[in-house]
Amino acid sequence: MIRIERLTYKVGPAAILHDVDLRLDAGGITALIGPNGAGKSSLLHCIAGLNRPAFGTVRIGDLDPFAAPGSLRARAVALLRQSPAVVSRLRVRELVAFGRWPHHRGRATPQDDAVVARALEIFTLEALADRPVETLSGGQRQRAFIAMTWAQDTPWMLLDEPLNALDPRHARDLMVRLHDLSRAGDRSVIIVLHDINAAAGWADRIVAMKDGRVAARDTTAALLTPETLGAVFDTPFEVLNTGGRPVVVAR
Amino acid sequence: MARALVCSALAGLVLVSLALGAASLSEGGGWLLMASRFPRTAAAVLAGAGLALAGVVVQQVVQNRMVEPSLTGTPEAAMLGLLAVTLIAPGSPVAVKMLFAAACAMAGMAGFLALADRVPQQDPMLLPIIGLVYGGILGAIATWFAWYSDLLQYLGMWRLGEFSGVMQGRYEWLWVVAVLAVLLYVVADRITILGFGEAQARSLGLNYAQTRTFGLVVVSLLTALVLVTVGAFPFVGLVAPNLISRWRGDNLRTNLAWIAVFGGALVLAADVVGRLVRYPFEIPAATVFAVLGAAVFLWLLYAAPGRSHG
Repeated sequence: MIRIERLTYKVGPAAILHDVDLRLDAGGITALIGPNGAGKSSLLHCIAGLNRPAFGTVRIGDLDPFAAPGSLRARAVALLRQSPAVVSRLRVRELVAFGRWPHHRGRATPQDDAVVARALEIFTLEALADRPVETLSGGQRQRAFIAMTWAQDTPWMLLDEPLNALDPRHARDLMVRLHDLSRAGDRSVIIVLHDINAAAGWADRIVAMKDGRVAARDTTAALLTPETLGAVFDTPFEVLNTGGRPVVVAR
Repeated sequence: MARALVCSALAGLVLVSLALGAASLSEGGGWLLMASRFPRTAAAVLAGAGLALAGVVVQQVVQNRMVEPSLTGTPEAAMLGLLAVTLIAPGSPVAVKMLFAAACAMAGMAGFLALADRVPQQDPMLLPIIGLVYGGILGAIATWFAWYSDLLQYLGMWRLGEFSGVMQGRYEWLWVVAVLAVLLYVVADRITILGFGEAQARSLGLNYAQTRTFGLVVVSLLTALVLVTVGAFPFVGLVAPNLISRWRGDNLRTNLAWIAVFGGALVLAADVVGRLVRYPFEIPAATVFAVLGAAVFLWLLYAAPGRSHG
């Protein structure tokens, strides 16, 4: 479980997160939604121990991500930041292998290689394993980076808008994979999503943020009401139901 | 195949460099080799390797392939330090001068990094231009300082790297480059991870600030070592890492040795060409290299518009 208490995060004098209290249960997919500038990304970076808050605490299980040494933190929580800028000539296999770095710190063991091979398999990257990352398409590249994050083998995977720049097919593929992963093992996924319907389709729980505060948190079905969404996004919404699955439409 | 080509090219250049000179080897023999030809050859290879390694480390630190030490004000800062120590304590041993120059290079590089952190990354060409301006300002200060203290001649020597003065006993500090190269190899993974950018690097548990500082220290030492012993060579740190990256990718664990070998071969080639063009007179290796380097730089610009990584 992740426990966040009285978290205030500031950039200069401006508070980006105000007094956030939040408990996130392990297992499944938790989606962070909210308007632009609501603080979703900042919250994710605080949980990952990358943004140091002005006040408040974060605990991942028993681990304080700001006090723990980097090597320990990197085995508890892995963050994939928004559209990684690396347009690199690392090969896909090399990139994914860097996900193992927190475990071996420079000397890969056969177990590390096995995890990398498994990551390539799960994300169907075997055929691309020897291609430089910069030659991949947007969807393939995103998959390679998520495979690296998976290979980090942390109980918590934090993904910051991984669907950016993905077409509907690749976006769906990715959400299905994450859904399966979060079911199969001991992985919990926290994912920042811009597309509310991606959250509606695949997330188990949703945390809605607005103006640096948690506006609502609940199971997906319970949170996706016209009233809640209207209040969070300041826009009238309609929630339809297609085959037992909620679909959100801005009116 | 390509590996064999690079290695045999370097071996061939070494042989040519050992055989080449105004005096014939059959007269001077072993003494000539030991006192002049070998030191000169080793100095060129070591200087080239050091500059190429400094180049790739800087590129990882600022996540921009178009940057190299001479586009960060580092050599100019080292020159300022060298001028200062020459004025204040002219009789101090080379080690002291070198360390002082390295310390000033570090300060210059830290200034550049402070600028780099404030430059938006969208346009990769912005940073090298800012570095050029920054280096120009430091260079102008050095020129004024040298003119004022009547040391312009020294400055001219440092600015134009060449190997004609390299003799036994006057280049040995360059072997420190080899030590630093081994050190870099040990931390190659960390330097690669630096290129992922701060958030991703820290998410992998890397101590980002510490690793970056280490990179800064190594680059400053390499730059100062080469500058103090043989002078400045622009473009080496740009050309060697970029060509190797195109050939073999970006994993420094497997590339670092090639970058060093290639940098060494390029500078040695420039020196050999400089000795042959107007034989028995010489053209400075840095001048020869600048012609080649400028051509490759332009090619890199057109072959990869706006390509950076980080």
